[in-house]
Amino acid sequence: MKILVAVKRVIDYNVQVRVKDDGSGVVTENVKMSTNPPDDNAIEEAVKIKESGKAKEIVAITVGEEKAQETVRKALAVGADRGIHVKVGGAIEPLAVSKILKKIVDKEKPDLVFMGKQAIDDDCNQTGQMLSALLNWPQATFASKIEIKDRKLEVIREIDEGLETIEINTPAIVTCDLRLNEPRYASLPNIMKAKKKPIEQLNASDLGVDVSPKIQQLKVEEPPKRKAGIKVSSVAELVQKLKNEAKVI
Amino acid sequence: MGRESMEYDVVIIGGGPSGLSTAIKLKQLDSNLNVCLLEKASEIGAHILSGNVFETRALDELLPNWRELNSPIKTKVSKEKFLFLGKTKSLSWPTWLLPKVQQNHNNYIISLANLCRWLAEQAEALGVEIFPGFPASEILYNQDGSVKGVATQDMGIDKEGNKKDSFEPGIELLGKVTVFAEGCRGHLGKQLIEKFNLSKDTDPQQYGIGFKEIWEIEDKNHEEGMVMHTAGWPLDNNTYGGSFMYHAENKQVFLGYVIGLDYKNPHLSPYDEFQRFKTHPAIRKIIERGKRISYGARALIEGGLQSLPQMFMPGALLVGCDAGTLNMPKIKGSHTAMKSGMIAAETIIENIRENKNLSIYEEKFKKSWIYEELHAARNVKPSFSWGLILGIIFTGIDQILFKGKLPFTLKHKHADHETLKFANEMPKINYPKYDNIITFDKTSSVYLTGTNHADNQPVHLKLKDPNLPTNYTLDKFDEPAQRYCPAGVYEIQKENDINKFVINSQNCIHCKTCDIKEPSQNITWVTPEGSGGPKYGNM
Repeated sequence: MKILVAVKRVIDYNVQVRVKDDGSGVVTENVKMSTNPPDDNAIEEAVKIKESGKAKEIVAITVGEEKAQETVRKALAVGADRGIHVKVGGAIEPLAVSKILKKIVDKEKPDLVFMGKQAIDDDCNQTGQMLSALLNWPQATFASKIEIKDRKLEVIREIDEGLETIEINTPAIVTCDLRLNEPRYASLPNIMKAKKKPIEQLNASDLGVDVSPKIQQLKVEEPPKRKAGIKVSSVAELVQKLKNEAKVI
Repeated sequence: MGRESMEYDVVIIGGGPSGLSTAIKLKQLDSNLNVCLLEKASEIGAHILSGNVFETRALDELLPNWRELNSPIKTKVSKEKFLFLGKTKSLSWPTWLLPKVQQNHNNYIISLANLCRWLAEQAEALGVEIFPGFPASEILYNQDGSVKGVATQDMGIDKEGNKKDSFEPGIELLGKVTVFAEGCRGHLGKQLIEKFNLSKDTDPQQYGIGFKEIWEIEDKNHEEGMVMHTAGWPLDNNTYGGSFMYHAENKQVFLGYVIGLDYKNPHLSPYDEFQRFKTHPAIRKIIERGKRISYGARALIEGGLQSLPQMFMPGALLVGCDAGTLNMPKIKGSHTAMKSGMIAAETIIENIRENKNLSIYEEKFKKSWIYEELHAARNVKPSFSWGLILGIIFTGIDQILFKGKLPFTLKHKHADHETLKFANEMPKINYPKYDNIITFDKTSSVYLTGTNHADNQPVHLKLKDPNLPTNYTLDKFDEPAQRYCPAGVYEIQKENDINKFVINSQNCIHCKTCDIKEPSQNITWVTPEGSGGPKYGNM
């Protein structure tokens, strides 16, 4: 079995994101970038499956600017066998990414495609679903447990009402939740070995995919600042304020 | 133990200016050498914090074509100011009356973090193997007592010391020579200085704590290339310190404050002095309508030549501020750190090729321009132990009239942890409330540093005696850790009338001030799990 894992380079989750003065986006200069956290879970799960003997090869893929290659390199350091980097300058939308992934799937013919349930930068939560539609493959989203059963997958999904267990046929797309596993650390010797693993570089245009944006972004703004709270001296005062000022009771 | 080990010609600990310069120079002198460099931060530069007005002297020697290599050194100093601050007034001191070491017109305003990122690219292009996210936590010795290398921190250990599922053992990195370039108060450097008694002939080391904030300010207040320093308010005459404000590119100013850690009043809060400083009319008017985008703090070395330990030992060298090469009156340490690394590289080449003893490092150091600089600078910092006014008068005589060549050397008498007086003997200080416009509390400041440590790991701030803070330090010194820590790591909490000393180690921004200033030396800073700590951008 062969698993394709898609990873994305995003602003590190510890960084306080700042909106640009002109409202055209967020500041990415001088900001620490990392792999999108649930993508780490996707890689980890693929590596676990390979370690259990159920998969032969893991291919990590990213779509993005030159430095996005670092996320593929990291995936190689924790156990992916080889990498693909599709170079795209600037912002790219989920539909374009899923079209690129479809081209790669056509070529690589994996049995499973894993990725994070959503990216923490745009929070779109669309790429996996769109890829599933483009390929006409089954999908299991928000996976918190994956069990491989012959030509089928049993997946537990994190949904609003609780947990849902579904069974789907392979080949399939699985988008991974943070609860799926605990990603391992890349060990120093494995980081060294990863430097020697191959990363194939392609341009989106080589694949014949139109990556021009289909959505016009009007403005990016910070959420309004929360007003400071006040202290009240008695329950009576609280009730009075809730009634007359906040008008909630 | 079953730890893997890897052998290199040279293992370098720390990806700051000194470590990276050592690595680059080594590969320039011999491209066949196997050189690796460990860095505890998640990426090179993420734990680097500095003013920084950069003198290019060392870089000119290391990479003479740096101007053609797309370096992040762009903003030349175009204007200089020095202000003495009173509570509301300020007096501008003519720059031609400043000692030459404090004149900056050939220097550049840079982000040292970005310079290090760029130096790391140069080093990698030469074949240096750089491993960010791997703190060296332990020194390894040969049977003859010489340094054999280091071990990296185990990853995936829980609070109680048990291995988690994600456990990944540390590995041993062995070098013919190991270079320690951890910066001020490196936790391995400290062990080496003690083990090899490297400070036996020197004065106690002197430290300061430096704060830095980056502000984006209004166009009309921004003068790219302008460098301003202040002395005076809010510090009293007996506390050593001052501010910097550098107008960098992109409407940013680098605003900072440095306070000597030899201060005496345990009620003093360096953080709050810095916050208060920003409310001075001369400063407020520049940043008032701006926005603070970064915050950080780091201890720095101030001891100079008198406190500089022996920098060589069997199998290893100390470079940069792991030893203490900062030039205090110049307020610069990057160029000397780089140069010390370059000399270390030359030493190592002769050691490996010709089997010369590493002690030639000292001879080379003494013949270099760093020594000349540090020698001329040596009397400035100790003279300020007489107070700001006498310090300035003496420094004028020493630096302007005698150009640092007075025929005597003043001593540093005390280590910084010895200088605190008892809390009941010293005045309490009432700091103003934060206005959330130009002054902020520690929590919101730490938030800007992007600091994180993986959950459920052992506390990396070790207490020799866990009861000392509440049994002794609280009573005698009003537990100054609550104030000297720039990240709010230490708190005294009252639970059912019993005082509890709380260590919020996840907030630690790796400045090392607690390791230096704790009056009984009760706190030891050790490395947390790799990648932990701040994620500084262009600091």
